[in-house]
Amino acid sequence: MTPLATPLAGYLLVAALLFAIGLAGALTRRNAIMVLIGIELMLNAANLNLIAFWRFGPHPEALTGMMFAIFSIAVAAAEAAVGLGLVIAIYRHTNTTELDKINRMKG
Amino acid sequence: MQGAISFHPDSALSAIAQILWLIPAAPIVASGLIAMLKQPRRKAAATLAIGSLAFSLLLSLIAFGHVLSGWAHGAVVREVVNFTWFHFGSAHVDLGWVLDPLAAIMLVMVSFVGLLIFIYSVGYMAHDENFTRFFCFMSLFAGAMLGVVISNSLLLLFMFWEIVGLTSYLLIGFWYQKPSAAAAAKKAFITTRVGDIFFFLGIVWLFSQTGTLVLYKGGGGAIEPAALARLLSQHAGLGLSAAGAIGLLIFAGAVGKSGQLPLHVWLPDAMEGPTPVSALIHAATMVAAGVFLVTRMYPLMQIGAHPGGTTVALTVVTWVGASTAVFAALIAVAQNDIKRILAYSTISQLGYMMAGLGLGGVAVGMFHLITHAFFKSLLFLGAGSVIHGCHEEQDIRRMGGLKVDMPLTFITYAFGMLALCGFPLFFSGFWSKDGILEAAQHWDVSKAPLVMLVVGALLTAFYMTRQVCYVFFGYWRGQKVAHESPKVMTLPLVILAFFAMALGLIGTPAWPWFHAFLENRGVKFNLHGFAEPGLGLLMLASSLVVFLGLGIGWWLYGNKSPEPEEPDALEKSAPWLWAGLRDRLYVDELYGVTVIAFYAWWARVADWLDRRVWGGIVAAVAWLFGLWAQLNRLLDVYWVDGGFDKTCEELSSSGGLLARVESGRVQNYLRILAAAVVALAAVLLWSSRP
Amino acid sequence: MNAVFYILAALTLAGGLATVLLKHLVHCALAVTVAFAGLALLFLQLDAQFAGFAQILVYIGAVAILIVFAILLTRGSELPKGGVFSSTWLVGLAIAAGVFAVLGWAVLQSVRAVPQQNAVPVVTVHDIGNALMGRYVLPLEIVALLLTAATIGAVIVAMHEKERQP
Repeated sequence: MTPLATPLAGYLLVAALLFAIGLAGALTRRNAIMVLIGIELMLNAANLNLIAFWRFGPHPEALTGMMFAIFSIAVAAAEAAVGLGLVIAIYRHTNTTELDKINRMKG
Repeated sequence: MQGAISFHPDSALSAIAQILWLIPAAPIVASGLIAMLKQPRRKAAATLAIGSLAFSLLLSLIAFGHVLSGWAHGAVVREVVNFTWFHFGSAHVDLGWVLDPLAAIMLVMVSFVGLLIFIYSVGYMAHDENFTRFFCFMSLFAGAMLGVVISNSLLLLFMFWEIVGLTSYLLIGFWYQKPSAAAAAKKAFITTRVGDIFFFLGIVWLFSQTGTLVLYKGGGGAIEPAALARLLSQHAGLGLSAAGAIGLLIFAGAVGKSGQLPLHVWLPDAMEGPTPVSALIHAATMVAAGVFLVTRMYPLMQIGAHPGGTTVALTVVTWVGASTAVFAALIAVAQNDIKRILAYSTISQLGYMMAGLGLGGVAVGMFHLITHAFFKSLLFLGAGSVIHGCHEEQDIRRMGGLKVDMPLTFITYAFGMLALCGFPLFFSGFWSKDGILEAAQHWDVSKAPLVMLVVGALLTAFYMTRQVCYVFFGYWRGQKVAHESPKVMTLPLVILAFFAMALGLIGTPAWPWFHAFLENRGVKFNLHGFAEPGLGLLMLASSLVVFLGLGIGWWLYGNKSPEPEEPDALEKSAPWLWAGLRDRLYVDELYGVTVIAFYAWWARVADWLDRRVWGGIVAAVAWLFGLWAQLNRLLDVYWVDGGFDKTCEELSSSGGLLARVESGRVQNYLRILAAAVVALAAVLLWSSRP
Repeated sequence: MNAVFYILAALTLAGGLATVLLKHLVHCALAVTVAFAGLALLFLQLDAQFAGFAQILVYIGAVAILIVFAILLTRGSELPKGGVFSSTWLVGLAIAAGVFAVLGWAVLQSVRAVPQQNAVPVVTVHDIGNALMGRYVLPLEIVALLLTAATIGAVIVAMHEKERQP
């Protein structure tokens, strides 16, 4: 591995990789819950980005990055709750969680 | 001619001349009204017809009286009313009527004889169910004939001429269910049509040369001196001037209508019509229309004659007339149908009239026409009475002894027969025929017509005697008993018989009133008229000829009544001659092998052309159209429709393709989103690289 | 770059990979918990203590449990017949790779342009509390509203429907 120019780059790359992994999971897995897990991973990667930029940015005492990340965590949690609730409701209707089979919005 | 001024008492048209058009109009209107009546309304039809013709007779008498008074004052009476019918370009077509002595005499004759025949028909057609139709056609005929007489325009005359021909056709074919009657009607119409074509050519030629068809127009008419001089100066080939050529063409029309030699074949067949029709149309009036036409156009035919000489046109008229007279008389000798004998007699007498016109001028021919009208219609009506009394029998070999059963008919018939033969002194026929013979005697071109006419007189006396002997003398050879006809039929016979005698008085050489009246000169009763050189000899000779004919006839036929199956007395002596005469000298057969055969061949050629050539062309065009239609259909189905369908399919399938984007599968949406973001980001980064 | 970073990064990434690649859903849930933990430690290493502990509390303590519950309620433990990956997994992988490529490229390209400072920030909870009630009070209230709505919504959505009377 080539030495990175700055520590920030390393964090950013990790966040990018984690984001890509989460996206891959959301795009390739069949289960609806896996898609939501993938989305959580993506959000987490974004959070990492934010904190990294806060840490290595010019004014860390302004707390902007940290606040952003905290709010992001809160919203992600709310979103996960609603999303999983939807998956459960859909499971009750169609008795499946496979996304391929849930295509009522086709056409 | 005395005085060239028309008769104007106060330089205006007299009242009668102005209302002259009513004379033909009344019967035509009556005909129209009768046409709208239903068949059972006989009284109304007869009343309308007789009433209208009586009205015309009244007006005709007034007109005659007016002309007579004018003549008595020594003026030339010719009152003309002309009006323009229509314009075309700068030219215009005029019609009009004329009142002069010729017209006045003809008006009286036609309406008087017509009225008597109408009255007779009420009795004759009483048993016929088409009574109303009969009177409708007869009225139309009477009106048209009166129209011919007063026409001052050749065009108007031609129009009425055609209507006369039409009514003749309708009346000959009155009993159209009989095939022979229908065929006779067609034959009459077509044969007269041949003549009419030449007539029309003459009219067209005259119009093109003179620019007008009006006969008298105060100096500008077609047969007034200015136009005639122009016509005379033009040459038409064959040594004729235009006047002569036009005259001959018009005479051709008269040949057809009056049954002269080549076109006479329709008249005997026309006897298929009811007897009053034969009397009125084919004895007294329609056939006389040809003679009247020549008389009307006489100035045209006469112009260019050297004084004392004659023109080519008139010479032709004379030869045709004389030949017809002899030809028809020969055939009449061998006929067995009572009406056919009279038909051939009519053809013969018309020949006399034409010869008279050609030889001696207007008055000579017209006098014979007038006298002939009366005694010939008398003979026809008498024949009708005989037929009626013998229960529709027409063969003279099945009659006989009728002088006992039908005495009134016999006496009146005898009067007519003697007038026709020209029995001397007391009968009109003698004077009129003698006028013609006298003119023939003085003809410079040739004496042959005189001989032919004398021979014709002999034959006339002979065949009439034969007929009278067969019908009235001897004993009855028919089936049922004969009876006399009712008064409504015998009364006209009596009236006509009177005139058959009395009319002679107005044409004797001692007092030639008729001739003077027609030629607009004065006349005085003068017994010295008889003292003309050669006249006494001629009168004697013609009387002898008549007696000779009567005698031979009585000797051969007399009171004997051979049975129908026995051959005729003459037939026994010269069977081949008899056969030829009985078969009408084969003129019809000649036409059959020449004209009709050619026409049939031509019709076959035309049919072949029509079916093969034109039909082939039409079929080919139709096939082409069918091909074109097929092509269009193919184009339509494969190209237009196909193209359209393909487009729709493409749209549909691309729609389907597009619809697949909306898969309803969330992951696909997500993928597309991600891909789009990647692309966008890539673009941004690429554009912002240092 | 110290070794701790690499270890923690490896841990997080391994957890993430395991999440995506494992077949059994419950294993995936556990793996994602590991990923969350790794991230929390990364936050701590970055001197964002509050964020790190918030991460542990919320993500590992609530979201992961929620995921497990959801897996339980939807019988996620049963393995589907056609495999856990969709039939077009390569497309998804390619797109993800594309995304990583773009992000990596962006990072490497712009790394010199970002100002760096290595001083350790001193942020106390007191400061965070002040900030929340001061500068960020509006987002705070909105997030509170959001959380309330989310809670109510989740309850309603996941509730058993009443049986409809025919």
